[in-house]
Amino acid sequence: MIRVSVDPAPIELAMEVAALEERGAGGVATFTGIVRGDDGVTGLELEHYPGMTESALVALAESATARWSLLGVTIVHRTGRMAVGERIVFLGTAALHRREALDACAYLIDRLKTDAPFWKREHRGGTTSWVEARASDVEAAQRWKAGG
Amino acid sequence: MDVLYFAWVREAVGTGREQVDPPEAVRTVADLIDWLAGRSAGHAEALRDPTRLRAAIDQQFVPADAVLGGAREVAIFPPVTGG
Repeated sequence: MIRVSVDPAPIELAMEVAALEERGAGGVATFTGIVRGDDGVTGLELEHYPGMTESALVALAESATARWSLLGVTIVHRTGRMAVGERIVFLGTAALHRREALDACAYLIDRLKTDAPFWKREHRGGTTSWVEARASDVEAAQRWKAGG
Repeated sequence: MDVLYFAWVREAVGTGREQVDPPEAVRTVADLIDWLAGRSAGHAEALRDPTRLRAAIDQQFVPADAVLGGAREVAIFPPVTGG
């Protein structure tokens, strides 16, 4: 019921959602992260820590299933180069009722931002720059640790 | 032990992985970062501000005061920015 994938291939949204819908759930919640083209960004590059990234995502998915009653959890994160408008990450949860699916999905994206070893580099024409971590992401992740 | 670097730390050091044999006085991650900084100008540049660095021992996130113990693999990298 847990599916984790870290892969340079484009994310197949319809296939991922369909697989979650087949879990016999009453509801499926999903989050899709997309490369933004703001500030002159022309593309994005994602670096990861092979081995640790996958195990961190499995641990994250398991922590969601321990906290909510879920029938399915999917985490798919793309790596390597991608263009503006392409999908970076897909998260999906299947549950009997909407509240569990929606809360678990929000939890997964908030925690993924701080708990999984990925690093983003923005491309602007011929120049590149590493993205700085944001304090607001740390705060968003911490709000789940209070048990809320 | 193997030391791995990622993102701008990797670029400044000039390699993503190296094998090192630190002296016994190097007990913690913070000690290791301080010791590694002496290996080259690139290391010094990448590791000069430990507040900008995060670490993992054997693929688990750890704080700077974590004891290396029998660590086989230590990774040093900037705060993560996935999602």
